[in-house]
Amino acid sequence: MTKRWTRDQMAARVARDIPDGAVVNLGIGLPTRVANHLGPEREVILHSENGVLGMGPAPPAGQEDFDLINAGKGPVTLRPGGAFFHHADSFAMMRGGHLDICVLGAYQVAANGDLANWSTGAPGAIPAVGGAMDLAIGAKKTFVMMEHTTKTGEARLVERCSYPLTGLGCVARVYTDIAVIDVTPTGLVLVDAAPGWDLAAIQALTGAPLAPHPSR
Amino acid sequence: MIDKVVSSCQAAVADVPDGATVMIGGFGTAGLPNELTEALIAQGARELTIVNNNAGNGDSGLAALIAKGRVRKIICSFPRQVDSHHFDREYRAGRLELELVPQGNLAERIRAAGAGIGGFFTPTGYGTELARGKETREIDGRGYVFETPIHADFALIKAERGDRWGNLTYRMTARNFGPVMAMAARVTVATVHEVAALGALDPEAIVTPGIFVQRVVPIARSATGAGGLKP
Repeated sequence: MTKRWTRDQMAARVARDIPDGAVVNLGIGLPTRVANHLGPEREVILHSENGVLGMGPAPPAGQEDFDLINAGKGPVTLRPGGAFFHHADSFAMMRGGHLDICVLGAYQVAANGDLANWSTGAPGAIPAVGGAMDLAIGAKKTFVMMEHTTKTGEARLVERCSYPLTGLGCVARVYTDIAVIDVTPTGLVLVDAAPGWDLAAIQALTGAPLAPHPSR
Repeated sequence: MIDKVVSSCQAAVADVPDGATVMIGGFGTAGLPNELTEALIAQGARELTIVNNNAGNGDSGLAALIAKGRVRKIICSFPRQVDSHHFDREYRAGRLELELVPQGNLAERIRAAGAGIGGFFTPTGYGTELARGKETREIDGRGYVFETPIHADFALIKAERGDRWGNLTYRMTARNFGPVMAMAARVTVATVHEVAALGALDPEAIVTPGIFVQRVVPIARSATGAGGLKP
């Protein structure tokens, strides 16, 4: 009997892999949930590209201050020790390799670490990129959180992305609803599996060769 | 005596000519210089090139400027929003040119203009369709794309406190693009909620030194949310 991880279980799994002391940017969407699993006892510094380090959780209703928002434009709080800075400094923190981990959503990740998460390339769509390309290449490690397959069952982990690329060879690890997979110089390596899933079952839903973890 | 304080937003944007490139600060709900944008709408300048992170939300501010057909081109990172209907319509009708720029490249191109940099190589966007046609270079084994500065005739930004020399402080994430846009424009207009006496702003805490600011306009303090600043 196989079970898929819920979105909150995925977020908790990512949070477990973030060491104390890390400076982390959580992308908009699914990655934002990771913050719910970094309790106040964890000293992880959250970066938001609109100009915050040391971001705290959303305030209770009625306490919002709309001068203090995150990259998703929702109200947040500032933890003691937090700081504000302008956009060029904020993106210098990324581009300059000062962030430890960036967690992003994705449409597709390729076996070589290429990331596609900003555009479906649909004709007639209005393009919008925001900080996606900066984030993709802007941390020491880029993690991706996404469903393992599309709604119609197609693999999102692929040999080569068919959607427009966000960054080349930038993804280090992928967290899906059935597996945790490392992107290595020799290809995809299975690190962890949801309850009941084995390598063959995960491989069947993966569009590129998946190797077992060397220590298992 | 140096006195950059201008009494009204109308007076502060009166000389924006047709065809000007105008940077408008702000990100989300923070730091939008809406009083200046409204004054620009009333002023009537046309054929504008606007530099902003987005392309207008709802029906006011930049969205209203677009709705009135005053904007020829937008340079931004994220035009598509749930409430960007005025941009969407004008863009789809072919009446509005879009230059889409990754957000960090946008900030750095603006900073470069202010810093006198003729361009820079950045890894952001390398190998993607947003780098198509641009010069690239491999530096120490990594791919980079050449990006050019974005200069402006005017920058409209929102600060928190200022003085008659144009020194500025900001409030929380309302800082966003303000400091770099102030550097990149020939004329920077900043609204402030308080004009402090010269010397009253802590020199250690001034974020934008007055050299980058030409006009300071006091505006009423507005609430920033249920628990935020009250009028």
